Amino acid sequence: MTTEPVDDRPPAAGPSTNLIAAVVVIALGGAAVAGAAALGSGPGTWPMIVGVALVLLGLILALQARRAEPPERFTRSSLLVVAAVASMIAYVAVIATIGFEIPTALLAFVWLRFLGRESLRTSIAVSLGIVVVFYALFVGALDVTIPHLF
Amino acid sequence: MSSVIDGFAVVLEPANLLYCLVGVVIGMLIGVLPGLGPAATIAILLPLTFGLEPVTAVIMLAGIFYGAQYGGTVTSVLLRLPGEASSVVTVFDGHALARQGRAGAALGIAAIGSFVGGTLSIVALTLVAPIVAGFALDFGPPEYTVLALLGIMLVSTISSGGRIRALTAAAVGLLLATVGRDDFTSAERFTFGNLSLADGIDFVPIAMGLFGLGEILYNLEERHRAVQAPTRVTNVWPSRADLRQSSGAIGRGSVIGFVLGILPGGGAVLSSMAAYALEKRRSKHPERFGRGAIEGVAAPETANNAAATSSFIPLLSLGIPANATMAVIFGALLIQGVTPGPQLVTEHPELFWGVVNSMYLGNVLLLIMSIPLLGVFVRILRVRAAVLAPITVLITLVGAYTVNNSVFDIGLVIGFGVLGYLMKKAGFDPGPMVLAFVLGTLLETSLRRSLLLFDDDLTGFLTRPISGTLAVAFLAVILLPLARTLLHRRHPSEPSVPAGGGTESSVPAGGADSSAPVGGADSSVPAGGADSSVPAGGADSSAPVGGADSSVPAGGGADSSVPAAGHAYPFDSAGGEAESSVSAAVRQDGSDSAVGASSGGGFGGRASRQRAAIGDPEAVDPAGTPSGAASDRVTESPRRDNKAEEAE
Repeated sequence: MTTEPVDDRPPAAGPSTNLIAAVVVIALGGAAVAGAAALGSGPGTWPMIVGVALVLLGLILALQARRAEPPERFTRSSLLVVAAVASMIAYVAVIATIGFEIPTALLAFVWLRFLGRESLRTSIAVSLGIVVVFYALFVGALDVTIPHLF
Repeated sequence: MSSVIDGFAVVLEPANLLYCLVGVVIGMLIGVLPGLGPAATIAILLPLTFGLEPVTAVIMLAGIFYGAQYGGTVTSVLLRLPGEASSVVTVFDGHALARQGRAGAALGIAAIGSFVGGTLSIVALTLVAPIVAGFALDFGPPEYTVLALLGIMLVSTISSGGRIRALTAAAVGLLLATVGRDDFTSAERFTFGNLSLADGIDFVPIAMGLFGLGEILYNLEERHRAVQAPTRVTNVWPSRADLRQSSGAIGRGSVIGFVLGILPGGGAVLSSMAAYALEKRRSKHPERFGRGAIEGVAAPETANNAAATSSFIPLLSLGIPANATMAVIFGALLIQGVTPGPQLVTEHPELFWGVVNSMYLGNVLLLIMSIPLLGVFVRILRVRAAVLAPITVLITLVGAYTVNNSVFDIGLVIGFGVLGYLMKKAGFDPGPMVLAFVLGTLLETSLRRSLLLFDDDLTGFLTRPISGTLAVAFLAVILLPLARTLLHRRHPSEPSVPAGGGTESSVPAGGADSSAPVGGADSSVPAGGADSSVPAGGADSSAPVGGADSSVPAGGGADSSVPAAGHAYPFDSAGGEAESSVSAAVRQDGSDSAVGASSGGGFGGRASRQRAAIGDPEAVDPAGTPSGAASDRVTESPRRDNKAEEAE
């Protein structure tokens, strides 16, 4: 009995995506095997076993790529995720030097205003609110050694 | 016995009470967010517990755990979005009750049922866990090798997205566990000269990234608006009639939950379905189910909580986490310097009993807090996801930093968040990966010690009685489904489920070959469900080949309701990747009855997708509709509306 995949998932991608996943798995397994071989027997034995297993599993995945359940396609809204990740990387890059307050407010603002399409007023209010609460919680109450400006 | 009482004394210290309370409340608050199940919630909140004493931290974790579980129930009832796979069946009657304005009664009975199921299960755990631990004290490296392998294998078997993918994820988890200095030779492995990696990758960034951030990113892509939550919930207390009606369901649900919960993997999921099926079968008016029967909420909610509690048994007595949530708790315990295992009860009785007894407390607080806080939950649900997302993300990032005061850890969380997101997109469940990562070091160390012991002779495993038995079970888990698939290919049209009485009718392979343990499960599901064809909440993961095509179509003759929806393609009988997930499919002598319970999703997040797999019971032709047709009608999903809006 065959039926269409139901529901609200994003559109399914073609079997090629399954194939790419399989290739990634094989590559990872291959890298593990190479690394394990460099380590030699002893420390390398177990990574070698796991690496070989990964290569085999990747091959099975590749063989099944056509029949297997198709993965989800990347759509335009996947760009949101790219933007989100970029904002987090920027956050990590600056937090050690300028403290957490300004990056936190900016990250929250970007997520609210651009990823969430909230109104300007809500975005500013919520992002400032988050900073105040975080400051009170992490610096004030929990006394965590997070880098902070003030 | 005195240590049990000492455990209570520890738990009742004011500071511990306070942290348990805080844990329950925060757990509920985060758990209410759609898509974040218990594993994700605990992962995100892990850093909160680090500054605390071990016992206090564990008590708080137990609170978070119970709170998060209940949070998932709230979304099931109010929004039709199960926060986790084990609340999927709650949706049927819970949401029907909510639409009749009786959401309060449904949530109240769920809280009461959770309390009773959890408490009974803890009593049983108190008795059973030390016995299992005593038995396991004799375990040596060979036993642990096979046990860890078996654990990973079983969890992969019942994971969503197909067995090969789950095993692949598990293998990657094992590989990640090898990063860092080798315990035996101190050789640096896969560190790429990076000092931050020399001690290996921390568990926390992996769990926070894969479960927490990955889930947030995944949701970001698809949901921008909050779904419509009801404005207010009245009548929070179930009426006396409700209580009377549910009492039997709660009692039976407790037993089913406890028994199935001990099994690795799908305990909570399977038990909630089995309990629902049993109640429906016993009911004099089965037609009420799906239209707001209070027992339909009480039974699965009781069972899943009882199962969640009993799944602590393998963790606390063997040191083997039975599912993804337990893997996170395992990691949290390790960070606290507590190594769960057979020695725990004798060497650290205060901790062991502190953990166990804190569960009583967690359950009591859950009951006390859930009812007055309902209004707050409803309000949270009405907050737009766009506002909640940055808050959760910042809690995760800042929290990751606080673990080791390391910016590198935040980077790792982001990296694993991206990986978790990509895995979900590609249909790989991150659960087995986290579990395998947690067990990886134990597995490698035990394997290498065993091989030293056996002079590199693998057959040595078979020479010891316990490891030998476990090894045979392990081989059975691998080989049976394989054999079954081959057999099935040869006779694709025959329903491969033997039509002999109830018990033996468990699917011979698929779910059942997880057989040693899960076999029990299968036979009890039928007992419960026999002629009430029951939901196969299914989702992406498949039903066992035989189970699927024999039971689901059989629904055609069944007199009842909720058919399997799910992503129907797994039911495609030709096999493809008809890997089985937890599933139990039964066909009784007459083809008028079928139970197909295939559960995917397990691990938290996936459940968010399962919403679509939930048919609207009323939309279903009572004559029984093949799952495909039924699933076409599943269009009420709120997310779909959102998408339509976006399209405009």
